[in-house]
Amino acid sequence: MAEPMRIRATMAGDVADVKVLMNHPMETGQRKDAKTGQLVPAHYITEVTATVNGAPVLAGQIGGGVSKNPYLGFKVKGPKAGDKVVVNWVDNKGDKNSAEATIG
Amino acid sequence: MNALRRNVLKGAAGAGAVAVAVAAGLLKPTQAMAAWNKSAFEAKSVGDAMKGLGVSSPSDSKDITIKAPDIAENGAVVPVEVTSSIAGITSIAILAEKNASPLVGTFNLSGGTQGFISTRIKMGQTSLVRAVVNAGGKSYTAAKEVKVTIGGCGG
Repeated sequence: MAEPMRIRATMAGDVADVKVLMNHPMETGQRKDAKTGQLVPAHYITEVTATVNGAPVLAGQIGGGVSKNPYLGFKVKGPKAGDKVVVNWVDNKGDKNSAEATIG
Repeated sequence: MNALRRNVLKGAAGAGAVAVAVAAGLLKPTQAMAAWNKSAFEAKSVGDAMKGLGVSSPSDSKDITIKAPDIAENGAVVPVEVTSSIAGITSIAILAEKNASPLVGTFNLSGGTQGFISTRIKMGQTSLVRAVVNAGGKSYTAAKEVKVTIGGCGG
């Protein structure tokens, strides 16, 4: 179900700049379908976690207030080029996805 | 001798009670973090959302910078960047004050992650975008107004 997500991690000095783009409709459950007038059921990512070389660096909880196809950027001090960043998400229907990148 | 013994016992009992209270207080946030914080995300007001996050009366801080457009033409996609130089930062939460559900997201930072979160949020109407930062057991906040010409919630 889940479409691939994009992730990029680059070193800027001693800080790794990580950018993630997730493919997700992020329906709040408050929007009405223009044709049927019915509410579109809520479907959004609830949890995003990130690790560098297996160590947790970010644990986020998000709601329907995040835009469709969420973008997330964060900066981690300490990693070296070649370290592995893994980002996972889970949505309110239990779908999940994961992507990894090597810091370059 | 007897009186001293009494005091010692009392002291020990008192310390025990405090330890239990601290443990209970510390347990709550951990449990809340384990699962998605439903009460905070479904809160309809900023106050309730903060209550759900366990934040009470955060102090205004100049060490939090919110980078967002002054005017957002499309409320469905409003880029927001929160940067904070406060030491010992543990979490950043982003709220759009006038959204039906103000809390947009909350991010716990660990293991060398800097006080920086960049994302894109939906805004139903012109309102303040608020960042709440937890650092060293204290809460700090800052806000920036974003004018929205076309709302991003509902349709």
